[in-house]
Amino acid sequence: MEYVAGIDVGSTQAKGVILDEHGAMVAQALLDMETNMGTAAETVFRSVLAEAQLNVDDIVFTVATGYGRYRVTFGDLQVTEISCHARGALAEFPATRTVLDIGGQDTKAIRIGDAGEVTDFAMNDKCAAGTGRFLGAASFALELPLSELGPLALKSTKPVKITTTCTVFAETEIIGHLAKGHLPQDVLMGMHHSIATRCASLVRRVGLAPEITFTGGVSRNQAMVALLQEVLGTPLNVSGQAQFMGAIGAGLYALDHARAGHPQRREEAVR
Amino acid sequence: MTLVVGIDIGSTYTKAVMLDESRDVRATAIRRSGYKPASAAAAVYEDLFANASVSRAEVTYIATSGYGRYMVPFRHTQITELTCHALATIYHFPQVRTILDIGGQDIKAIRIDERGRVRAFRLNDKCAAGTGAFLEKTARYLGLTTADIGPYALRSTMPVEISSVCAVFAESEVINHLSTGVAPEDIIQGAISALAGRAVQLMKRVGLEQDFALAGGMTQNAAMVAAIAARLAAPLNLPPQGLGQFNGAFGAALLGLRRVERLLAEGHEIPPPGSDGPVQTTRRWSLFVQAAQEPAVAAGPKPLKMLR
Repeated sequence: MEYVAGIDVGSTQAKGVILDEHGAMVAQALLDMETNMGTAAETVFRSVLAEAQLNVDDIVFTVATGYGRYRVTFGDLQVTEISCHARGALAEFPATRTVLDIGGQDTKAIRIGDAGEVTDFAMNDKCAAGTGRFLGAASFALELPLSELGPLALKSTKPVKITTTCTVFAETEIIGHLAKGHLPQDVLMGMHHSIATRCASLVRRVGLAPEITFTGGVSRNQAMVALLQEVLGTPLNVSGQAQFMGAIGAGLYALDHARAGHPQRREEAVR
Repeated sequence: MTLVVGIDIGSTYTKAVMLDESRDVRATAIRRSGYKPASAAAAVYEDLFANASVSRAEVTYIATSGYGRYMVPFRHTQITELTCHALATIYHFPQVRTILDIGGQDIKAIRIDERGRVRAFRLNDKCAAGTGAFLEKTARYLGLTTADIGPYALRSTMPVEISSVCAVFAESEVINHLSTGVAPEDIIQGAISALAGRAVQLMKRVGLEQDFALAGGMTQNAAMVAAIAARLAAPLNLPPQGLGQFNGAFGAALLGLRRVERLLAEGHEIPPPGSDGPVQTTRRWSLFVQAAQEPAVAAGPKPLKMLR
């Protein structure tokens, strides 16, 4: 039995998956980002190996992706996260034509052609507005863990309009609204609205074509999914493995190379 | 004795200046604006009396400025901060034509004429990248206070480049630099240089007419002043007597005083606070007339063109 690995080194988390020769996932691991992207990638690789009860020699090919992919010293190949997200989304939802990936520090809209190729993409990686960090600011200001933001926002009855674009100023605005007596859920729903509108306009830049698959850590947020469906006017595919889409895509690319018999850079592999 | 108070309610700090009739500063006070700018304004006003041995009854006139200028019920009038900065600057430096004001949550470039009239301005209050918040946040990641920034940065020998535009993303960059062993002073100097670059960019958009002046809290930051002057390749005039951060409040007080002098010269009573007083018969940019009571014929100067 031969295995391949996909490592996605994101801005806030590193993700690793191991796929078997049929492309089925046998293990996954997730790690909050460390200062050193290279060691974070190595750690996540080790933990996914341990999870799968395999050792390095069982992995015939490794593809790294994500913002820190060039810091992965043990990878055989680097593939952009655009390609990997598209590939991962297509694997689970073959009818996907648009991918929206909301990550910790960037948001991507990817348009996929009928042959499954990436035809266009738009990315917001210059400004934290409309990325996961905007919710991070809310989490910080409201002193709530990220996982509780969505459920609380859904309780809102009178969402507050967040007028600032900048994440830094939004933090101040949240506290200001709370000081004026607005309920946390209403302020939070306002934050979700702000992100949804920004992401929807990013999607429109590449052209909205169904089906849409929503990936990235933020897709676990129920309020965000509901709002995006409302703003985009179409249902979204959300995978249970949404955070691993990039890593799964990377794993599938690794499988292609393994099948094609491409040589591995063994000498650089982690021992 | 005539005492006039100018209060500048900014996004981050609320500043107050008390002037007497000879335009000498009698007292200054400053507090964080917090989430209730109105109470910060009231507190800073009280602080003036602790700092100067005068009583509240001796204050003739109160003019407010800044984004919270309408939130002060005890004011006589309110003036935009652009006008205040322009007037205060031309009072200190008649030769200045371009003013840069870096605030906590916004940055302004103002071009003025030889009489201190605002000719053009550009403002960024949408993104923290070009404002004091960028530096404050970077300093916070490094465990520095805002007061530490200047002295710390001046020790830098090999500044690094901070390439992130976004103040939030700069955090990751700072952490990355720290992990690779870059000295904190080199990082903070990199942030200063990035901010100076953005500030000069904004000044270019109003025309970069010499001489230049800097206002706002950044005037206390020697490294920042040096970085902007270097980019401009020209000296920066700083308000004297540490009035940099008080420039807006000083301008408001100056205008208030001018208004009082005019009212007294025309034989009017000084109105109680909370009202804008008798109608001015001529419409001048520096005299504040309530829109509803404006005279029908207003042959004033052409309105300002706001650049987009």
